[in-house]
Amino acid sequence: MKKNFFSRKQLAVPYAVFLLLFVIIPLLVLIYFGFTDENGTVSFANFLSFFQSGKTIGTLLYSIVIALFTTIFCLLLAYPAAFILAKGKFKKNQAFIMLFVLPMWINFTLRITALKEILTLLEGNLAYHPFFNTILCMVYDFLPFMILPLYQALCKLDNNLIEAALDLGASEFQVFYKVVLPLSVPGIISGVTMVFLPSMTNYVVLDMVYNSTYIMGSLIGSYFSSYDWHNGSVISVILLLMICAVTLFSERFTKSEQEIEKGL
Amino acid sequence: MKKKENLIELRHIKKCFDGNTVVTEDFNLEVKKGEFVTFLGPSGCGKTTILRMIGGFELPTSGEILLNGEDISILPPNKRPINTVFQKYALFPHLNVYDNIAFGLKLKKLPKKEQDEKVRHALEIVDLEGFEKRSIQTLSGGQQQRIAIARAIVNEPELLLLDEPLSALDYKMRKEMQLELKNMHKKLGITFIFVTHDQEEALTMSDKIVVMADGEIQQVGTPEEIYNEPSNLFVADFIGESNIFKGRVVEKKKVSFCGTVFDCVDDYEIGTVIDAVVRPEDIQISAAEGQIQGEILSSDFKGTFYIVFVRSGKNEIEIHSLKNFQPGTTVKLYIAPDSIHLIPYDSSINHYEGVLGAYSEEKGLYAEFSDFSWDIKPEQIFSDIKIENGHLIKNGQPIQTEGLRIEASFQPSAAQLSDDAQAGVVQGRIISFLYVGDHYRYTVRSKSEEDYVVDDEYLWNQEDYVSILIPKEKVSYRILNGKNKIVK
Repeated sequence: MKKNFFSRKQLAVPYAVFLLLFVIIPLLVLIYFGFTDENGTVSFANFLSFFQSGKTIGTLLYSIVIALFTTIFCLLLAYPAAFILAKGKFKKNQAFIMLFVLPMWINFTLRITALKEILTLLEGNLAYHPFFNTILCMVYDFLPFMILPLYQALCKLDNNLIEAALDLGASEFQVFYKVVLPLSVPGIISGVTMVFLPSMTNYVVLDMVYNSTYIMGSLIGSYFSSYDWHNGSVISVILLLMICAVTLFSERFTKSEQEIEKGL
Repeated sequence: MKKKENLIELRHIKKCFDGNTVVTEDFNLEVKKGEFVTFLGPSGCGKTTILRMIGGFELPTSGEILLNGEDISILPPNKRPINTVFQKYALFPHLNVYDNIAFGLKLKKLPKKEQDEKVRHALEIVDLEGFEKRSIQTLSGGQQQRIAIARAIVNEPELLLLDEPLSALDYKMRKEMQLELKNMHKKLGITFIFVTHDQEEALTMSDKIVVMADGEIQQVGTPEEIYNEPSNLFVADFIGESNIFKGRVVEKKKVSFCGTVFDCVDDYEIGTVIDAVVRPEDIQISAAEGQIQGEILSSDFKGTFYIVFVRSGKNEIEIHSLKNFQPGTTVKLYIAPDSIHLIPYDSSINHYEGVLGAYSEEKGLYAEFSDFSWDIKPEQIFSDIKIENGHLIKNGQPIQTEGLRIEASFQPSAAQLSDDAQAGVVQGRIISFLYVGDHYRYTVRSKSEEDYVVDDEYLWNQEDYVSILIPKEKVSYRILNGKNKIVK
């Protein structure tokens, strides 16, 4: 038998090196800085001060509000779109999907700049509606990330199930909330994770629409740019913990999804 | 009175997909209350589409579906007192067994106690008592199938549609479920419409079988009728095994095929060209007595019988025999009169519509068909035709041929197949073939989706790309007057 040029283990080496250099070591550095003070002694002061300062808590809440609005509007816009894409009778489905994915191919600062121009034209001065403009640009930016997982989840949904529900006497609305919605939960969750957390930190959008309120991303940026590694790191760690919490929470759903697939 | 008995009636159902693919042109069927009706046909024959139209998942392009005499053609599925058992079960994976079965009951807002009782009863019928709390994923295919049936019958529909519900089960399980479904049908008194491509399944279970091919009903009858008296060659070949011989009625109730005259029970006019269908189990082999003589080609054990092939003259005959025979031995075959089923030879095949061009002296008369165009002698189409000064004259009047619609017809035996694409006028792929005694009958489908039926003595394979040689002199024509717009 001819031996493979590389063993499987060897093929994993480049990625392992990458992982070590750019993920694990920085993560350790982050944790180290987050839980030490200027003298290098271990301390929870940074961590506690984040939760004690009204300014940082306010930023956290504002970020959450921005992320919530963005996520909800993305979901409301993406669900019907994904449903039409997955279940509609469009013969040129691929072209249609393309239409939704195409914006992802254009640099997002470019897209936001274009949107900014339109908004300036309509509103006169962007500074009048900072919150609205932020949400609008965020939704515009993140919409494809919501559509794709929903589209995939709805594609997997067997049309027979919809027909079976109709057959058993369900109205269109009942079919939706008794069958389609529960079965698309995994798609909703993965869409929400892909939109909610990034939109908490995407301060570039706020900068571009002249929204001067800080969100989590801007806070990290401002600490780092003033060489305050410790406070910047601790916020990153807090965000990391939030991501972990969300992932663990959504795993429960994805697990049941896998079981469903196995069963079918 | 009789009309009232019909639970469901399909009248002139036409169904096209995307505006051009015609599934069925004019489908008519009546199903009586309490019947177990099976739609049987090869895949793609339209049986599932018909079922889906009854269920409400597809709407007929035209025609009407009556349920108890009322038109339900455009009613959505949730408004029909009909339930369906889907091919792939279509159980809701996010609900447990109880919630799956109670799905319809909950929508009807039945009291919880009644729901429990009905679910329990439905589970009892499908023999899965105590499965209420199980999740769908933990069930085997057979159990899922039963739950799907329970979910449908718990709603007490007037009509239960079953779309190949057993096709995903293994052989033994399928046999078991066939009998159970039949018992369930008896117990429940619900009308069943069952779709399958498995002829054995259809014969075992049904009160009435509807044999379909190409969106058309080939025959409707009891399993015995379908098996013993197939109305055409398709049914004869599709249901069970059969030997098909080409022959002719020579005397009253006497028919000749395989070079021998047989007594038969079917009475047709003397001289009628027929196809004689004889089932392999109806031919007796013996050493001394019989009507025809043949030589054993092969004999293979099949569990309960031997499949014996006998060559007699140009014919190869399949026989199911309880005894084994040595290849090479000469035997005699006996066919009882009531084992010979005659089907008048179908001469209505191979009709093609075309359009005539204008007549000119140099070019003559040309006709354009969907697959080919060629010249036709005017006298092949028109009687008493004369050519004067380059014009076609009939009864003293010049006639316009341009745009005239005609029909060309020829017998399957007149044409031949060739593997040289240039040799024939039409090219196409073989989509099916039948062994008809001493030759094969092929159906060739051309690019323009026309089917040509051709007899050929050589064996070709399905999907073979062939060209068809049609001798011009053996083609007959007639003018299609009915819808003619040109001739005044």
